[in-house]
Amino acid sequence: MEKMPGWADAVLVPLISLLLAAILSAGVILAIGENPVTAFKLMVDGALMRSAGWGYTLYYTTNFIFTGLAVAVAFHARLFNIGGEGQAMLGGLGVALACLYIPWPHWSLALIGASLGGAVFGALWALVPAWLQAKRGSHIVITTIMFNYIAYSVLGYLLVNVLRPVGSMDPATPKFPETTHLPSFRDMFSTADTILFRGAPANVSFFLALIACVFVWLLIWRTRLGYEIRAFGHSETGANYAGISGVKITVIAMLISGALAGLMAVNTTQGEAERLILNSTEGAGFIGIAVALMGRNHPLGVFIAALLFGFLYQGGAELALWTTIPRELIVVIQALVILFTGALDNMVRMPLEKLFLALRRKEAS
Amino acid sequence: MDFMTLLQVLESTIRLATPLLLACLAGLYSERAGIFDIGLEGKMLVAAFFSAAVAYQTGSVWLGLLAGIASSMALAAIHGLASITFRGNQLISGVAINFLAAGMTVLVAQDWFQQGGRTPSLIGGARFEPITLPFTEALADVPVLGPIYGGLISSHTILVYVAFAAVPLTWWILYRTRFGLRLRAVGENPESVDTAGVSVVGLRYAAVAIAGLLCGIAGAYLATALQAGFVKDMTAGRGFIALAALIFAKWRPWYALWATLLFGLLQAISIRFQNIPVGDFVIPVQFMEALPYILTIIILAGFVGKAIPPRAGGEPYVKER
Repeated sequence: MEKMPGWADAVLVPLISLLLAAILSAGVILAIGENPVTAFKLMVDGALMRSAGWGYTLYYTTNFIFTGLAVAVAFHARLFNIGGEGQAMLGGLGVALACLYIPWPHWSLALIGASLGGAVFGALWALVPAWLQAKRGSHIVITTIMFNYIAYSVLGYLLVNVLRPVGSMDPATPKFPETTHLPSFRDMFSTADTILFRGAPANVSFFLALIACVFVWLLIWRTRLGYEIRAFGHSETGANYAGISGVKITVIAMLISGALAGLMAVNTTQGEAERLILNSTEGAGFIGIAVALMGRNHPLGVFIAALLFGFLYQGGAELALWTTIPRELIVVIQALVILFTGALDNMVRMPLEKLFLALRRKEAS
Repeated sequence: MDFMTLLQVLESTIRLATPLLLACLAGLYSERAGIFDIGLEGKMLVAAFFSAAVAYQTGSVWLGLLAGIASSMALAAIHGLASITFRGNQLISGVAINFLAAGMTVLVAQDWFQQGGRTPSLIGGARFEPITLPFTEALADVPVLGPIYGGLISSHTILVYVAFAAVPLTWWILYRTRFGLRLRAVGENPESVDTAGVSVVGLRYAAVAIAGLLCGIAGAYLATALQAGFVKDMTAGRGFIALAALIFAKWRPWYALWATLLFGLLQAISIRFQNIPVGDFVIPVQFMEALPYILTIIILAGFVGKAIPPRAGGEPYVKER
């Protein structure tokens, strides 16, 4: 018998965890001598009340959808991919190479080419840890952490020594050609009279992220491969007994995960910076962990969680601008969300389960 | 490379290896008891901040050290609560602790000192001073031996000697005491420890607390001995290098010493030389920086000896009813 109804598991537990994280965050804001209510109002004003704010919120959301999905797909196979950051960095390299060295006639083709570049490079960066986990039993958490650092060094070397234009001090590639410019929300939604999303970096890759959500949903719940991934994640021995190859599933799940993380670079590198810089990921790979945990590894949940973190990121930037609260407040909130929805999950779950059991007993008697 | 350069690199190796060694031993206690700890980085970071902040306010480095240890142990307690009491995912808990430390240190630093997430520079008694060991004077004029003794062995801060003394001590605790035997057993086969009537939960909390203590010393060393004050993200991945060293050392104390010295040497070389020319080929500084991680991957892959982690690592223990 289920201890808790499904809706409580999917909605109530994350909601209570989120509430706990919010209460603690408010306490932190109080402790540093600011008013949490004013701070929250500032965040809402900055992130949601103007179209430019939404433009930033949705830009961050796009990143977090990709990295959140990446972590979620790996979680379904019970693999903890902390390497989203490194995979997204290498994805940036793929995007940059595709944009710089292939003369695209139109942005739509450039988008497809750059997406392929980002996905392939991201997937390849996940391949070695995946293969080592599957074949040699090397713990994927450790190897993906190590690969994050190696990615940073590889990218640093390439940007400083190979890709940097002559005479430039900045470790970055030259600007991408004009034809690879992705339409921003401003280009798409502004009319002659009203300019919307002024100066905001949100661009067409947001829709690519939505497509990725649908793709992941179809993959995990509507295909044979998705079934095998979930079966493997549920019970390795059970899956083996059913003739599912653990090596195959581990490698494929990590390749998909790495590709999704790599796709994030389309948004940051082609969509926003229009050149590859050293720290284009800005920790989005790690936020994917919080997003996937909060979203319960479901694409819809990931979307909602990514939207929330997009709001927090943009709101946090506004806070840093108008108050003395530094941007790092967002890192604390992120940590609390990971702590409560991930590690302390049972702390919320156990009392709830008891509550539902007690309610059911009452009904029965 | 002349003798003096070599000596300088080796001296800097010892200074850079010290925080790695302390953090590595911290991880060793925790993981030997079956609790994965990827939060070494975060624990070091809070300790670095609170040790520097308290040392600055009080002017006493010892009070700073205490504050650093206390803050690190507070995070260790959260890790214990999540991974032992509530049987949550130990890796996720570690990730959360790292972020909590990265955010909180800057937030509190900004609130207390308004210097963009750093503490003011520490001077005088707020820092650990180098200790001159006896006979340094007497040996100073002896060629070769004098500089080695004076530069390499003497004139470090007390925490360096603490770190190096912790290696034999850890070995003795793990392999020669009842506590150590039980600690190792609880990481391999907690059921057997439980059957023997020893508390699995108690042992694991003890191990996590020791990890907190050692990370606290490591963090305090970074902010009050190696450098003079706290700056944002000053651990700079040292917690993960320590983790790499732990795997490299196959979860054993003496090997941990050699592994951290090796990784300290790599750091010292990359700081001293930047790009190293070998014939026509130049080894880029980024390669030296990435080398600890690459070496760890090779070891983990089992191509050079096999690194077998404690068997019950990462698994919450559920008592049979």
